[in-house]
Amino acid sequence: MNWTHSASAILAAFLASLVEFVEALTIVLAVGITRGWRSAILGALAGVILLGFLVAALGPSLAAIPLNTLQLVIGILLLLFGTRWLRKAILRAAGVLALHDEEKIFTSQVRSLAPASNIRTRALDPVAFIASLKAVFIEGVEVVFVVIAVGATGGLLLPATAGALAAGLLIVTLGVLLHKPLTRVPENTLKLSVGILLSAFGVFWIGEGLGYDWIGQDWIGQDWIGQDWTVVGLIFGFLIVALAAIRVANSRSARALVWR
Amino acid sequence: MNWIRRTCVELAGLFVEDGSFAIAIVLWILAAIFLMPEFLPARWRGPAFFAGVIGILIENVLRTARRIPKP
Repeated sequence: MNWTHSASAILAAFLASLVEFVEALTIVLAVGITRGWRSAILGALAGVILLGFLVAALGPSLAAIPLNTLQLVIGILLLLFGTRWLRKAILRAAGVLALHDEEKIFTSQVRSLAPASNIRTRALDPVAFIASLKAVFIEGVEVVFVVIAVGATGGLLLPATAGALAAGLLIVTLGVLLHKPLTRVPENTLKLSVGILLSAFGVFWIGEGLGYDWIGQDWIGQDWIGQDWTVVGLIFGFLIVALAAIRVANSRSARALVWR
Repeated sequence: MNWIRRTCVELAGLFVEDGSFAIAIVLWILAAIFLMPEFLPARWRGPAFFAGVIGILIENVLRTARRIPKP
């Protein structure tokens, strides 16, 4: 384990989990406010338990996969996942796509989940239970994927898990204290940062899986320093390209608007 | 059963949003696996792969920006 990989793994897992937990919290809060807290909280807990089973089932099987294959498969999934986030964050930052609006999502969830009558029984509300479970499970799968993807190949599962847990603790605490969706989280900036980190990790692990000799390794001579600088270089590369793409997409979009 | 199907679709959606973008990335990965070892020296495969990913990303972002008017 080396410092750049550990720090990048913690940061990537923390930021990605932060975004996912905010999205899950918005839906659980909407469910709790409209259909009652009992079913919302039980649904969220069931989602967490389901995720626990998924991790318990998948975790040990990772050890059975040859390292190169694992690096390649995880690299491919990371690259698809990371570039998807990066592309969307660039388009949102450039004003081509609308920003993700937690307040709007919260309002629409509240409207769609509002019960026909205001009577709240003590029995479990299946609609609230499933809505809450699904939100926690779907967003949680993304968190688990990011933790496994950034942690499994470099022996960094613990730092990545710590990053995700810290994000979860932060969001759950804020949710309990505020009882409303976290609308002031700079979600697009987070998604852009995570997209850059995950895309860089994706390219790096695909390269490792295919046995590439990264240029930095030759220059510096020591393998672990070379690997560190390769990841840093890829992160900076994606950052510069993302910032340039935002500017160009912004002007292109404006021009397209004038032509219409 | 319907919610399981929808959950599976949402899980697939974690990796694929714009079909042409995902296909281009997958094709580039296949080129990195099968073609690059034939045509490029080992030390240039990494930078070439990175450059290809960047190229696909920029092309897709600019094409989308031209196609979609600002909200």
